Amino acid sequence: MFFTAFSRPAMMTFPLSAKDKATVKTFWAKISSSGEEIGTDALSRMLVVYPQTKTYFSHWKDLSPGSAPVVKHGATVMAGVGDAVAKIDDLTSGLLSLSELHAFTLRVDPSNFKILSHNILVVLAIMFPTDFTPEVHVAMDKFLAAVARALSEKYR
Amino acid sequence: MVAWSDQERSIITSIFSNLDYNDVGPKALIRCLIVYPWTQRYFASFGNLYNADAIKTNPNIQAHGTKVLHGLDRAVKNMDDIKTTYAELSVLHSEKLHVDPDNFKLLADCLTIVIAAKMGSGFTPEIQATFQKFLAVVVSALGKQYH
Repeated sequence: MFFTAFSRPAMMTFPLSAKDKATVKTFWAKISSSGEEIGTDALSRMLVVYPQTKTYFSHWKDLSPGSAPVVKHGATVMAGVGDAVAKIDDLTSGLLSLSELHAFTLRVDPSNFKILSHNILVVLAIMFPTDFTPEVHVAMDKFLAAVARALSEKYR
Repeated sequence: MVAWSDQERSIITSIFSNLDYNDVGPKALIRCLIVYPWTQRYFASFGNLYNADAIKTNPNIQAHGTKVLHGLDRAVKNMDDIKTTYAELSVLHSEKLHVDPDNFKLLADCLTIVIAAKMGSGFTPEIQATFQKFLAVVVSALGKQYH
């Protein structure tokens, strides 16, 4: 098994197997209609549980859970995740423009990708307790890490 | 010394007093072994861990999951000095069990996920923040005696 990011321990990602991709696609098909709700809750939690992430949203009037900007942005983020699922076979080229956005405009510190991913997983456990089995959990965790990796490709 | 508000204390004691240790403990450990398979390295003597089903039905893992969760009881009872309370356990994990302390966070994250699944929408952002704060203090205390 080859580790792709030895020199970047904070961004350890493992290649997605065919089984991982199938698991992600199947699970996403079940949950995608709740995309907005998942995004809103994950973002709300992130801002409460990891207050340092609020620094990226100083331009919002209201950062409280379920506020209008949080709802809107949660939907935006999950639409991006859905897009990533569709492009799961080549995330690097599939997410190229999003990657450039994050690298040159947003410049979100990559440690925050892991934080948001964790909160997405917590929300999935809350909303889909039976479907979010350990096997689905590991596939989704790997997938979100791969997405994060693709988004930070252009950082330096 | 970590500061705890009255609300935080009551959140933690409430979560643990409503816990089915025999259910949540094993679930958290099983999830950790499946999601982070390298953690299986510490359980070579536990028998068959060859696949997810084997892990889920392994009686040694079942028993150990319950035991590990009960290990958190001491922290719940001594929230004002978790560091001292866990000094001995920290030495045990370092000198006898040789557990990489980075792995504590992995199990903590799996426990958070299991509790979230159990509590559903009752696991509010505030409760999540408190629970994760508690686990972070525990994880830090367990790593303190490593040298």
